[in-house]
Amino acid sequence: MKNQKESYRNVSENPCNMCMPLGGIIAFRGIEGSMTLLHGSQGCATYMRRTISEHYEEPIDVASSSLNEKGTVFGGEENLKKGLDNVRLLYEPKMIGVLTTCLAETIGEDIGRITSRYLEERQLTDGLPIVNVPTPGYGGSHSEGYWRTVFTIISSLAEDRMSHAKINVIVPHISTADLREIKRMLRLMNIDFILLPDYADTLDAPYSKPYKKIPDGGTRLEDIRKMPGAKATLEIGLTVEDSQSAGKYLENEFGVPLFRVPLPVGIESTDRFFNTLKLISGKEIPDEISRERGRLLDGMFDSHKYNFEGRAAIFGEPEQVYAVTRLCLENGIHPLVIATGSRSKKLEQLLHAEFAKIDGSPDNHHEKYELMSDTDFAHILEKSREVKVNLAVGHSEGKILTERADIPLVRYGFPVIDRVGGQRILSAGYQGSLCFLDRLTNTLLENKYRNYRSEMYQKYYQIYK
Amino acid sequence: MESRSNLAIEERKDSIQTKGEQTQPFKCNTDSVAGCVSQRACVYCGARVVLNPITDAIHLVHGPIGCASYTWDIRGSLTSGADLFRFSFSTDLQEMDIIFGGEKKLTRAIDDLVAKYHPPLMFVYSTCIVGVIGDDLEAVCKAASKRHRIQVIPVQSSGFIGSKSAGYKAACDALMRLMEPPPGEELEKDKTINYLGEFNLAGELWIIQNYLKRIGIELNVALTGDSSYDTLKLATKACLNIVQCAGSMIYTANQMKERFHIPYMNISFIGIEDTSESLRRIARTYQDTEMMRRTEELIQTETEAIAPKIAYYRSKLQGKKAAIYVGGGFKAISLIKQFRELGIEVVMVGTQTGREEEYETINDLVKEGTVIMDDTNPSELEKFIIEKEADLLVGGVKERPLAYKMGIAFIDHNHDRKHPLSGYAGAANFAEEVYATVCSPVWAYRERCLSTGAKEERT
Ligand code: SF4
Repeated sequence: MKNQKESYRNVSENPCNMCMPLGGIIAFRGIEGSMTLLHGSQGCATYMRRTISEHYEEPIDVASSSLNEKGTVFGGEENLKKGLDNVRLLYEPKMIGVLTTCLAETIGEDIGRITSRYLEERQLTDGLPIVNVPTPGYGGSHSEGYWRTVFTIISSLAEDRMSHAKINVIVPHISTADLREIKRMLRLMNIDFILLPDYADTLDAPYSKPYKKIPDGGTRLEDIRKMPGAKATLEIGLTVEDSQSAGKYLENEFGVPLFRVPLPVGIESTDRFFNTLKLISGKEIPDEISRERGRLLDGMFDSHKYNFEGRAAIFGEPEQVYAVTRLCLENGIHPLVIATGSRSKKLEQLLHAEFAKIDGSPDNHHEKYELMSDTDFAHILEKSREVKVNLAVGHSEGKILTERADIPLVRYGFPVIDRVGGQRILSAGYQGSLCFLDRLTNTLLENKYRNYRSEMYQKYYQIYK
Repeated sequence: MESRSNLAIEERKDSIQTKGEQTQPFKCNTDSVAGCVSQRACVYCGARVVLNPITDAIHLVHGPIGCASYTWDIRGSLTSGADLFRFSFSTDLQEMDIIFGGEKKLTRAIDDLVAKYHPPLMFVYSTCIVGVIGDDLEAVCKAASKRHRIQVIPVQSSGFIGSKSAGYKAACDALMRLMEPPPGEELEKDKTINYLGEFNLAGELWIIQNYLKRIGIELNVALTGDSSYDTLKLATKACLNIVQCAGSMIYTANQMKERFHIPYMNISFIGIEDTSESLRRIARTYQDTEMMRRTEELIQTETEAIAPKIAYYRSKLQGKKAAIYVGGGFKAISLIKQFRELGIEVVMVGTQTGREEEYETINDLVKEGTVIMDDTNPSELEKFIIEKEADLLVGGVKERPLAYKMGIAFIDHNHDRKHPLSGYAGAANFAEEVYATVCSPVWAYRERCLSTGAKEERT
């Protein structure tokens, strides 16, 4: 095993991540009736809207304060206020999320002060919540932006300590199909929950007439306010730093017991998901779920031999990377290149522990794996070639591995922009894991069959001759 | 519920007009209004669009990572040679670089890239914060040029200094530096032409190049589709510039006229009418009857070849209504004509960066009652699509889901499309695409709900 610490690099070549505010936009999309405004120059908003649109195939309306030269020199307060006015006029939102961009952060805009003054001036102090999140693009990847926004939403809105029987469920950035699957599993367990952020409908809205500028769905504001009174918090996210963890906040501030679990992908993580739910709620796991589990096991046995030929490169947001790595390990697929564009200490620790479990000692693993954080595709490609990877798992930008090194890519995570249905990719729970595993195995098989005849010919006919 | 007029935004009033009802002068080419969800991009984006197709250059984005990741390989420009342009390079500025300045990091980045790729040419783009922290791009690039003996060209494209058109100008400035011959050296003019504002999306350049060749005209270099350092260096020897995307390249055309005495003409190869007319006008400048004859011959052959296809689609599309929202004015103008060729009426036209004279042309082309808008937003698009009962929207990636959510057809006229829309071949593709989307069986289900379906089953 080798843990490659990316030393300071001068240039990023083909990025593996996006910037902070993008993650924030997605998190805000999970709140009922909310609208987002980016404080900064126009381009940032347009680019992010485009990227999110392409993945989710939804109109992504994000306003911008459209800072120009004047605003940059003399401060953007007027622009931001005017932006808020227009957003209210055009969208009539129930909540507004304000995110900053590089530019606003660099010129030192105090959005908290500006927006609270705005609320006073317009006499909206108890009508319209505005949640401010500083998200400088240079401060972290979209994954960090997502977690920070979820954290800030809770820390600014949660207030009601009155206890109730629901449990808080906090989710990482996953596909809307996965989000729906998590809700289905919670319902099967008969659990009353508050899910945050819930963009299952807002980022995958059914066709309906008339068109709604702010789609239905999302976590209700009154539910978020009640989160401090919940019985417990289930935070799906092991890679989140404590300081950015909304679950930790609820525990520290309001004493809501926190249970942290990984994404329920693969058998062990899904087991842990259900066992934790059982522990929190005292409810039994229904038969239907046991049958789904049995089916996953059955499928794992059926395909295990093919999977053993898998040599994988895995990349994306830390939480997803961790989930996929575990799924691979459980099924005999060798994760050899594990990479994220984020800077994640937690991911490194978790993976070390994981590999150690398999071999007793992390240094005994039969093949070296490379763990790279804060990395780019130039490095991922180089490593993948070196260790002869035959399967890549991650978002669409990984297509460069297929193009330049003929490594097939199974699309997972965000963004999936060169295929339809990025939002519908199901990978969570026992059922989702089996779908996911099938996609991996079939990709290996497809490749194997495609090259089988020529390979054998080259290898053996030549000797025979 | 939906009664609220989107025109509630006072400041936007003069940027929207209905043909036949205008009272005020039309307002365009201004900053976007805060909070209006403009569909516009930024200065950096404009510069990147124009320069990106230069195939063997390193395009280094000096700034934080996001700007580079959102623009990595998102255009469908094709190359016949090097493909370095498809990579995304960024200095990936971090908090510390913002505080202490990014010049040193930029210098090291350039050095690393030169050592790894030995490019003949490098562009260094500035993003928003570079303008604010005050890195001296010019000086860093100049020193690097000297050190490595290649051209390292700064592109002043800080996001907030204007809109996309300011980026076009920044790109043009960069291109001019490339063309500047060493003092005392002038390239001899020949009979070739340059093709400006053409980015070789899905091979469009090659289609037009072939037409020109068939009528006896050699292409010198396209700016910037499938171009390279060596070909761009020779740009000044052409005898004529033809300009397709005026929005992005008119500035360069003017500069080349002034500095190198190369005349230019605006042309368009979008749609049959414009393609034929453009070929004729180019041929005419050579005052060569044989060439003019060949041109007519080509027009006839090519038009006839696609005529049955166009006629068929026209018969299916006659009477439909289209809404247009594209980047530049020139594209909108061609599209209006092209729709006319298909029997489709345009009921709404908007652009992100259209210029005054382009809006005048648009106004002349469309029917009474057509809505014309500058720098519009989703709310206005929605309002007028409903009001004008459009069957089809032409736009970019961001507009696509809006059209589909409203249950109407959509045509992608963005830079990432994977099929050509230029020339006769492109016109046929366009007709086919319009047909494929407008006449898709899926729209039949738009008005039907679950219960009506069941009712029909029973009868
Ligand atoms: S990195 Fe900064 S400037 Fe670039 S898109 Fe992201 S927020 Fe905007």
